Amino acid sequence: MSVRTLPLLFLNLGGEMLYVLDQRLRAQNIPGDKARKVLNDIISTMFNKKFIEELFKPQDLFSKKALRTVYDRLAHASIMRLNQASMDKLYDLMTMAFKYQVLLCPRPKDVLLVTFNHLDTIREFIQDSPTILNQVDETFRQLSEIYGSLSAGEFQLIRQTLLMFFQDLHIRVSTFLKDKVQNSNGRFVLPVSGPVPWGTEVPGLIRKSVKGGWIISPFSVDTRYSVNRPVETRMAGTSKDLTSRTQESIAPNPLAKEELNFLARLMGGMEIKKPSGPEPGFRLSLFTTDEEEEHAALSRPEELSYEIISIQATQDQQRNEELARIMGELEITEKPQQSTNKGDDLLAMMDEL
Amino acid sequence: MFRRQRSIPLRGSAAALCNNLSVLHLPASNLTHFGVVHGPSAQLLSAAPEGVPLAQRQLHVKEGAGMSPSLITQVDWCVLPFRVLLVLTSHRSIQMYESDGSIMVYWHALDSGDASSVQAAFAQGIAAYDHFIFVGTWSGRVLVFDIPTKGPNIVLREELVGHQTPVTSISTEPSKRQDIVADLVTADDSGLLCVWQLGSEFTLLTCIPGFGVPCLSVQLWEGIVAAGYGNGQVRLYDATTGALHIQINAHARAVCALDLAPEVGKLLSAAEDTFVHIWKLSRSPESGSIEVEHCHGECIPDTQVCGARFCDVSGSSFAVTGYDLAEIQIFSSV
Repeated sequence: MSVRTLPLLFLNLGGEMLYVLDQRLRAQNIPGDKARKVLNDIISTMFNKKFIEELFKPQDLFSKKALRTVYDRLAHASIMRLNQASMDKLYDLMTMAFKYQVLLCPRPKDVLLVTFNHLDTIREFIQDSPTILNQVDETFRQLSEIYGSLSAGEFQLIRQTLLMFFQDLHIRVSTFLKDKVQNSNGRFVLPVSGPVPWGTEVPGLIRKSVKGGWIISPFSVDTRYSVNRPVETRMAGTSKDLTSRTQESIAPNPLAKEELNFLARLMGGMEIKKPSGPEPGFRLSLFTTDEEEEHAALSRPEELSYEIISIQATQDQQRNEELARIMGELEITEKPQQSTNKGDDLLAMMDEL
Repeated sequence: MFRRQRSIPLRGSAAALCNNLSVLHLPASNLTHFGVVHGPSAQLLSAAPEGVPLAQRQLHVKEGAGMSPSLITQVDWCVLPFRVLLVLTSHRSIQMYESDGSIMVYWHALDSGDASSVQAAFAQGIAAYDHFIFVGTWSGRVLVFDIPTKGPNIVLREELVGHQTPVTSISTEPSKRQDIVADLVTADDSGLLCVWQLGSEFTLLTCIPGFGVPCLSVQLWEGIVAAGYGNGQVRLYDATTGALHIQINAHARAVCALDLAPEVGKLLSAAEDTFVHIWKLSRSPESGSIEVEHCHGECIPDTQVCGARFCDVSGSSFAVTGYDLAEIQIFSSV
């Protein structure tokens, strides 16, 4: 698989997360300055220089658990709080949206365009903050530099790696269902009409080489393809109703020791801003009513919960204290579920550090 | 005309890999074996003609203690004159089993010494010819294994040098005709095809450039190279000269699998555009030029097809797998 996949996965999922959060902040009428602060804090954390540096190093993808933990931390990088049910729903929306985008990319290389689109959206959120803008632009530059020169074959591998990460995810999203881009069984609709990707010809012709040229003969295809036009890559955001989840295949996936160490380094590298002064936090919900949120939390089957890893940073003392204090301040309604399989002794070891 | 017959359920969905379906038909027992890669495991199952699954087995890549599970890239049966072996390629190794997957007879660790940190080592592309098994690697090298009539004394005989980018697919000539010189074709993700002659020495006959469009699947039949590309094209070349005879705008997305029914010269192409097509290949007796005719097209709705194979040498039925699909769909001619 490709060791260049993680930055694309992380940045696109992050972009989707911010898009959804922005919509919910407005829907919940959170005052403009608070909403801006939340987005600024999250984006600033996401594009932290050290973090991005680590991210761009060639490496395997994180496990689903590890990635979920990173987004949990990101979402709580500011004064906003999310209940478990809302965080779960946010993550569901993020992952299904990006899965859809990857599946429908006309060419594997187009996932880079999708990434740029997400970064453009992110830039719009932080227009007034030159420091953070700088961080995002720097990431833009790094992306162009590294991925601009990759071959079609390498992008094919990246696409395969991304699809393997999203394999067996069939969560139904009501916006997708309504727009008929997703079937009721959770599968996405793959169109058999529309523009063909750049570099591909419309199916239906056989060219036979003869002296002086070609003999062209058609064959019948049951499709309505046409020549390429620019394709919309930006996706719709939130859904309003609770959607039920289909069974995820739960393959045993023990966290390797290296991955936990790396994750801890990343956590340490995340400069989580202290909530400044007397500014009170607020709770964001991904649901329209509190009752819906409670219902979602109660009706989620045990085995389908996202497991969050509790990690203490192993970096220097200062950051350790910082994170420990912030973790203490987090308003957690449920105890985050600890990994109960092979990660246990490693986690225990890390907690002791 | 083909019609959808039945589906065989899989324990795990098929991974978004190319050439992700292997079929072994045993006429003697009238059983068909299927192999599909799920990710960290590969699923083997055997079915009777009615499609009722009789036996299932899941294979994982055996790793050293403390290592995270490796991802499998391909599983394929290699039919040799005296035995049938099941080959599993993955990120760290190549493993060979007895045909039912019960006993591992050989394990080869991939040498990632040359790999720069920006590329992960992996093996992909499996084919057999005479008493050799050929396996491609991420570096472009094709490993040649010498297989004894029985037992585990398998030896890495040599490495074929011809590709600079990861090998995607390998195919060998099924015909025993004396006048055919091309025995092996290998493809890589830059689209380059290498055609080889296997005699006392293994010689590179010709190279066919790909101009950057990945070739994800390749087949060889009666001196015809059939190649499927990332831009949806299927191209037919003369294997000896490397000349392009036919270019088919076959699919709207990447062609992920090709298969051949050698008895009748039927070619099966499957792509991420949800379509499967069947083509009839032939040679004009006067000019020797390659001819092709479209026979059948089938849509697997909302499914990115990742594997397709004929279930028998006469091409009277074929099987299909798709990304995220937890079943094998079977089509038979009516």
